[in-house]
Amino acid sequence: MKRIPLKINLILTIAFLIGIYFFLSNVSVLGDYWSRIVTLVAIYSIMAVSYTLVNGITGIFSLGQAGFIAIGAYTSALLTLSLQQKEMSFFIQPLIWPLNSIQIGFLPATIIGGLVAAFFAFLIGYPSLRLTGDYFAIATLAFAEIIRILIQNLYGVTNGTLGLKGINPYTNVWWAWGWLLVTVLIIGSLKYSSYGRALRAISEDPVAAKVMGIDVFRHQMMAFVISGFFAGISGALYAHWITTLDPRPTSLGVMLTFYVLIMIVIGGLGSITGAILGAIFFAFVSQWLRIFESNITIFGFTIPGVPGMSMLILSVLFIVVMIFWRRGLMGKEELNWQKIYNFFKKVEVQNE
Amino acid sequence: MDIGLNALIQNIFNSLSLGSLYALIAVGYTMVYGILRLINFAHGDIFMMGTYFAFYAITIFFLPWYLGFLVAILITGLLGFSIEKIAYRPLRNAPRISSLITAIGMSFFLESFAVVVFGGIPKSFNVYPKFFSDIILIGQSRIPLLTFITIGVTFFLFLILWWILYKTKIGLAMRAISVDIPTTSLMGANVNNVISMTFVLGSTFAAVAGILWAMKYPQVQPYMGFTPGLKAFIAAVIGGIGSIQGAIVGGFLLGFLEIMIVGFFPSLAGYRDVFAYVVLVIILMFRPTGIFKIYSEQKV
Repeated sequence: MKRIPLKINLILTIAFLIGIYFFLSNVSVLGDYWSRIVTLVAIYSIMAVSYTLVNGITGIFSLGQAGFIAIGAYTSALLTLSLQQKEMSFFIQPLIWPLNSIQIGFLPATIIGGLVAAFFAFLIGYPSLRLTGDYFAIATLAFAEIIRILIQNLYGVTNGTLGLKGINPYTNVWWAWGWLLVTVLIIGSLKYSSYGRALRAISEDPVAAKVMGIDVFRHQMMAFVISGFFAGISGALYAHWITTLDPRPTSLGVMLTFYVLIMIVIGGLGSITGAILGAIFFAFVSQWLRIFESNITIFGFTIPGVPGMSMLILSVLFIVVMIFWRRGLMGKEELNWQKIYNFFKKVEVQNE
Repeated sequence: MDIGLNALIQNIFNSLSLGSLYALIAVGYTMVYGILRLINFAHGDIFMMGTYFAFYAITIFFLPWYLGFLVAILITGLLGFSIEKIAYRPLRNAPRISSLITAIGMSFFLESFAVVVFGGIPKSFNVYPKFFSDIILIGQSRIPLLTFITIGVTFFLFLILWWILYKTKIGLAMRAISVDIPTTSLMGANVNNVISMTFVLGSTFAAVAGILWAMKYPQVQPYMGFTPGLKAFIAAVIGGIGSIQGAIVGGFLLGFLEIMIVGFFPSLAGYRDVFAYVVLVIILMFRPTGIFKIYSEQKV
């Protein structure tokens, strides 16, 4: 196949970004509901891309992503909540100093949320990364549950089971997609740097990578911490999108990890563009499948809606993908113009 | 007798019954891991399905409770059989992480299935005969009959398990397969049947544990399997995953730990679920093979 020259590649990319820009600046045309979904797509994408850095590119299987998302969400929300709201919410136990007397802007709060999540990723990674395979998965799952139970019980910091309410809805299309761009740029350039090559070597064979002189532990730790940082960012964006937080397992617990896992499995473990495609797929399909959860009327007959149906269908799809189509949409590769060109060329050849 | 001793007796019986339940579930994890090196994430949800089957067998089909429980246990065994056949068998030669992800998907599927079919609202599990909650006095400690039943049933099931593993052909095949699958199949054992049988056995144990659990905490809901399942898995890791004795010992250890810590430090009650995870992390750090790994020829 013909290689696309660099110049055309660049032009296409810039055109694509401009297209996205125009789409986002006119997204309000779609109405309030859909612009919220478009924002959610970007938040999901950040979660998925940060998760695929660990589970796909580095090839260590973590199940702790929801813990970092929760930390980012709570940290940033506690920093941006207004003082009156804090006083109103924390009626069982007052919020501890200094959190009860500060309120900062959204951007620093998001970054601090990410940094705190990254710090926890370091603390958790330090003991867990000495384990391998499914032991690592279980250890990270246990840590995520510990984080959730701590959130549930530390009434003086997180308001426990009552959760946080009235978080300012700062997250809009621009914040979410802006952070997605940052995430993709950083994790994308990481994937194709010497560090990324080392990470892929580790995912192929840790022992061989070690023999080649790669410090396996340090590289895995770096990936884990960066992934934790962006998970924290996505959590902060999510908190200011949904505006209420609570520590139930179905909201910020292990369920969230499962959702992100569905996204990256469908997109292909190890692919950044695949993770984004998976996130888009998940966001839209789970919204679209909601029609099964409300009453449907066809020719005068009303089929009662079944709550939970969308997740049932998605879980079946997830298992089917794992059994029959394990590479997902993209496998470990990235979607680029060359791929699209090759694809259309192939279709053309087949049609002749 | 003073109050402290009464409380201690009470706590010991509570630990024994909770420990039995953890041990019953942990055995299912450890048998599957021993053979397939797969963490059967859906095991906790099989446990949950078992309680729902019992609940509906009695409330919808009006079976007497003993028959209802029996039918539920058998159906759960069948469920375990089908899960292995549909979801895990196609991936047996795939990378281990793929089977783990499929197991997570299976767990997710069973939970969503329960939400859709049985409803997400917790149901009160009041289908067991009333005399189960009769109080038996030991000294001055009041212990419900159910506690003794739980311990007795568990003991009985472990005897059966021992009999299956050490006195029957299929048990011999299970023990052999956990050491070396290809060689065992060369010796004429049907590997697929043996693996199916392992899943059936583990799932029936989970169903029994589920029914006992639902009587102890009389409620059923779709996510009830997650925490007990995870803790039972931790029990299996504590004992040394792959080893049956380890799973039993680990289950009882975990039961004692949870009840006793909360018994002595009531202010920590909210953190009750954390202990198991902390123990897991410590075990994984310092002795990832658990207590019983040394007897590698005895794992199944």
